Amino acid sequence: MLQQAFNGLVGGAFYALLALGLAVIFGMLGVVNLAHGAFYMLGAFGAFVALDSFGLSFWVALVLVPPLLGLAGVVLERLFIRRLTPLDPLYGFLFTFGLALILQDLVKREYGVSSQPYPRPAELSGTVDLGLFTYPAYQVFVLAVSVLVCVVVWVVLTRTRVGMIVRAATERPELTRALGIDVGRWVTPVFGFGVALAAFAGVLAAPMRAVNPLMGADLIITVFAVVVIGGLGSVFGSVAAGFAVGLVSALGNLYVPALSQTMVFILMAAVLLWRPAGLFGQQEAFR
Amino acid sequence: MIMSRLARAGRGGPLLLALGLFAALVLPWMIYPPVALDIACWALFAAAVDLLLGFTGLLSFGHAAFWGGSAYCTGLIALHTGLPFPVAIVGGAAFAALLALPIGFLSVRLSGIYFAMVTLAFAQMTYFVANQWRDVTGGENGLQGIPRELFGLDLSDSFSFYYAGLPFVLVGLFVAWRIVRSPFGRVLVSIRANPDRARALGYPVDRYRLLAFVLSAALSGMAGGVFAMGHGFASLEGVYWTTSGQAVMMVILGGIGTLWGGAIGAALVVQLQDFLATAGFAETGIITGSIFIVVVLLFRRGIWGTARHLLASRRKAAAPGEVAAEPRKSVDTPA
Repeated sequence: MLQQAFNGLVGGAFYALLALGLAVIFGMLGVVNLAHGAFYMLGAFGAFVALDSFGLSFWVALVLVPPLLGLAGVVLERLFIRRLTPLDPLYGFLFTFGLALILQDLVKREYGVSSQPYPRPAELSGTVDLGLFTYPAYQVFVLAVSVLVCVVVWVVLTRTRVGMIVRAATERPELTRALGIDVGRWVTPVFGFGVALAAFAGVLAAPMRAVNPLMGADLIITVFAVVVIGGLGSVFGSVAAGFAVGLVSALGNLYVPALSQTMVFILMAAVLLWRPAGLFGQQEAFR
Repeated sequence: MIMSRLARAGRGGPLLLALGLFAALVLPWMIYPPVALDIACWALFAAAVDLLLGFTGLLSFGHAAFWGGSAYCTGLIALHTGLPFPVAIVGGAAFAALLALPIGFLSVRLSGIYFAMVTLAFAQMTYFVANQWRDVTGGENGLQGIPRELFGLDLSDSFSFYYAGLPFVLVGLFVAWRIVRSPFGRVLVSIRANPDRARALGYPVDRYRLLAFVLSAALSGMAGGVFAMGHGFASLEGVYWTTSGQAVMMVILGGIGTLWGGAIGAALVVQLQDFLATAGFAETGIITGSIFIVVVLLFRRGIWGTARHLLASRRKAAAPGEVAAEPRKSVDTPA
């Protein structure tokens, strides 16, 4: 039971990291990034290629791959997404859908649909005694790092000048601009950062999940449900809902195994019925 | 819509209609018949999606649930009861409408991008259910060998089945056209243009949206049922999210809010995919995704929409003072 709860939290860590990236991108650009799952997948493949072709360890990949993909995200924002942000958000959604198709099938063409092997880093191949039960060290590491990243992002958003600008620009872009802050300057880095977060989650996933071209597509739709549950446009809500949904699905899996995949969507339906703006969303943020 | 405007101007409307019907009738002579049926099915599917996107202002990214869900239901009826295939298709469409009721009820509480996300999530749930419920859906194998029974008539040949399936598509398109032209459809357009105002005028906006959603789902289901019959199988691919995206892509390629544009989009996309498949190119997403991106970036009016626009501006130049009375589609205006 406790072990199952722990599994849930580890799964939730991935939801949280992806939801966090989605939320900051959406907040700043008004774009729901359907290609977020593809970037997660690219992160995992980045780790695989780094090891397979260049002999770079997991740790090097963890430091190197996210910034590289973040840079790709910056280029993407500069070239294309910039043109779509003034339009109806639906166009951004559709653009990233096309992008996800392309990225997914490009990787499929190169590596096929079967999963690529990726070993656990040697330092974390053992187990950790957590008092009540022993647990694989790598999973403990994933959970710890994810929580750390979420906390750091939270601190940056609430305690630093950059964070204040981003939050202000998210909530009241016009007013922020009127106060003499160049909102446009922060749009590109925020998009790159969101993409880097997805890639980071992808590298983390490589040693414990199947590395294949479709790994991101199914996950991202679940993360959409998580974001709806947490609250549309709420960064804190997205992260909290990520961990909570992971926990609830894992426990649900324990009692009703048939519902393991659909649990999150049932939760979403319940939230929509009860609070359409999500648990932490503001009512005014929608419609 | 161009047809209606041309008809109002006293020319072209019946001509275009006759042209469209003629194209539908000779299609299996021109191209490989199964591909012709695919085009017809996707054309109806696209029109159903456009009914929501172009005329109600709701982008559903979850219509695969209705297309694919109906395909399963149609297949199950045909496989297990041996009833004539039209009954199976109508049953599938009814199932899609039934499925759309709870999904729509929850989804219409949101609009814009959130509506797209939530419908996508519900469709994914349908996919997971179909994947896990192997006893009924056949899991990854899908339903195979769906029979086409019609009072002992031989419809095994795909050429003859095209003409058996076409009436469903044409009736579906006619229904979509009737909905758009009806008072109900005018209310939908006003909701798309300004939901708050429609609400202030006393229209129960959410109820209208829900009804439009269910109708659109039923038409999508009919298209999916004919598709399943035509192929003789129903598979997981039908309920997968890329199917929803493909329908939306056809609508945008043809032109949002044009209803008939989707048929052009369907013809182009299906033909292209058939071409790629015969060429042995399996990763079609690279090509279709690129088209999607180019259309979204540079060609948001779509083919029919562009033609309509050019025609309207030419007429405006010819007769100054006569301004197109039609409201602009809200999706195209900057937020």
